[in-house]
Amino acid sequence: MRVLDPKSAAPQEPRKHRRALDLRLTGLLGVLVVLCVVGYATRPDSFLTEANISTMLRLAAAIGVVSVGMTFVIISGGIDLSVGSIVALSGVWMTTVATQSYGPVVMVLCALLVGLGCGLVNGVLISYGKIVPFIATLAMYASAKGLAERLSGRRTQVVTETGFTTFFRGDILGIPVLIWLLAAVFAVGWVLLNRTTFGRRTFAVGGNAEAARLAGIDVRRHTALVYGLAGLCCGIAALMVVARTTSGASTNGMFYELDAIAAVVIGGTLLSGGRGSLIGTLIGVLIFTVVGNIFTQNNLDTDIQNIAKGVIIVAAVLLQRTTARRRTHAT
Amino acid sequence: MPSLDRRRFLWGTTAVGTAALLAGCTSNESANSAPNAVAGGSGQNSQPGKQVTIGFSAPAADHGWMAAMTKNAKAQADEFSDVTFKATEGTNDVNQQIAQVETLINDKVDVLVVLPFDGKALTEVGRQAMDAGIPVINLDRVFDTPLAYRLWIGGDNYRMGVNAGEYIAAQLKAKNVSNPVIGEVAGIDSLPLTQERSQGFKDALAKAGFSVGPRVAAAFTSESGEQQTANLLQSAPRLDALWNHDDDQGIGVMAAIDSAGRKEFVMVGGAGSRNMMDLIKADSGVVKATVLYSPSMASSAIALARLLGQAKGIGDMAEHDIPASITTYSAVVTKENVDQYLDVGFDS
Repeated sequence: MRVLDPKSAAPQEPRKHRRALDLRLTGLLGVLVVLCVVGYATRPDSFLTEANISTMLRLAAAIGVVSVGMTFVIISGGIDLSVGSIVALSGVWMTTVATQSYGPVVMVLCALLVGLGCGLVNGVLISYGKIVPFIATLAMYASAKGLAERLSGRRTQVVTETGFTTFFRGDILGIPVLIWLLAAVFAVGWVLLNRTTFGRRTFAVGGNAEAARLAGIDVRRHTALVYGLAGLCCGIAALMVVARTTSGASTNGMFYELDAIAAVVIGGTLLSGGRGSLIGTLIGVLIFTVVGNIFTQNNLDTDIQNIAKGVIIVAAVLLQRTTARRRTHAT
Repeated sequence: MPSLDRRRFLWGTTAVGTAALLAGCTSNESANSAPNAVAGGSGQNSQPGKQVTIGFSAPAADHGWMAAMTKNAKAQADEFSDVTFKATEGTNDVNQQIAQVETLINDKVDVLVVLPFDGKALTEVGRQAMDAGIPVINLDRVFDTPLAYRLWIGGDNYRMGVNAGEYIAAQLKAKNVSNPVIGEVAGIDSLPLTQERSQGFKDALAKAGFSVGPRVAAAFTSESGEQQTANLLQSAPRLDALWNHDDDQGIGVMAAIDSAGRKEFVMVGGAGSRNMMDLIKADSGVVKATVLYSPSMASSAIALARLLGQAKGIGDMAEHDIPASITTYSAVVTKENVDQYLDVGFDS
């Protein structure tokens, strides 16, 4: 802990905002509940079964983990367009035959290190190289994807290492390992963001980087670490995708950047940084997952599903803005 | 769309039928009246002939089937001592592919083999090549007009659906299942090839009095296959059969089926990957068959490009010239005949 409390550098975050945030989260949770009611009403026989809920959560797991990292990045005032490519690269790296023959532990470490490494490169380029996040991560998006394609020969690498698949596709205490992983990443992320100096500094950097610097925060190092964290999340997501599909491919993680940004934004995190919540992000991810599941459960067209996604994003953001405005007017 | 599919399908069969008819009726005559007929039935096609430079352009080899197309084309070209093979880097950007084909035209290759990312978008540059006197072999995704190609060779998406549907219907009839639940994991719904496959499947099932139940569309990747199938299996507590359009996404489809622990249905794949063929051969899971859409058509395209460049016909056909259209057959690969097809199984 530094001498100066970084919190003092944060914009006046306090009570008023917190209440507005809680209200927004309640609204968002309401949307999720309504969707679940719709799901249950249309398919009472199968929607709320344990198996279906577990399927939905497992589907949400990888994108959920990526979104946790993305939330940190966006709160710190940045953006990460490279998450999908990093997922692809980490996945392909861990499944290339040489890695698989060293066993599951090496595979997992590989995915995590590749993810972390890519994230740190992003961070260093942005903070020390002074390249704007949009450009730096766009460059990473292109090069990580290219490297993943080169490494895999653009072919799907099937996992032959059964130790890896049996563990990550299995259950612990009746709950799939992937759901445990999601819960763990989310819990660690929540504590990190809301209960540690690291989290307070993230808010501070995103709120006003100059003020944060004056308050004694090493803004550059912190920014680099935030992108590193996002990359690490991509590494974890990559092993989840590999476990689910039993294969690594350069097409894994396609459009994750957009899905994650969408989830973060409807979760109430400001794209301009400084404010946001992980719970909102998680609800955002679940909303999209539930929508997808409802469509499939009722055998509806996928095109309309995409339209629905768009409508939900706009509606959620509009809803948040009106609730926020009403709060400001009321007080 | 369906009428167009059927028309194309009919044209294909008509062409093949006519060719067969001609071969039957005119074999004597053609031998007499055309002493110069080169290749037809002479069995000399493998002998080295005039040097031919073949230009090749295809989309990015971003999944197993497409990778196999490019690989097969190259391997086939390497077989011939009289062929120079000029391949451009695969791209999914139509604009770039047009530029690549233009480069090949400027290089004055003898024959062009083009697998367009989008047939409609590449039509114009195909015409340009034909106008420049370079015969174009249009591989798989068809150009808008025959003015843009000398020969089209490709698979039969409609028939793929038909054969999958007929196989499934026969299996279910044999088991005396009434009111079966038949699922479908399609590819990208916006592509005509997916629409054709689905239509064929639907029509064949309808003929047997069945219909498609739960249906999802994935994106030809194993990840999308897994996601969509996981959802589909949840929505259908009971399934009797499942058709998956594409064996590349099939890896994910199988992963979803495994983790759901389902095995009450028969599954049929599509395209014919080595993976699926191995599963069919092992016969230990739900996969019982796959309907071919074989990348061997790329090898054939190169062999035909060489013959075109050398002005030869096809052996065993009475034609003096290479036909204008060749449709490959979507055979159903099952445990009984899998050994016969393993050589065309591609790595996904």
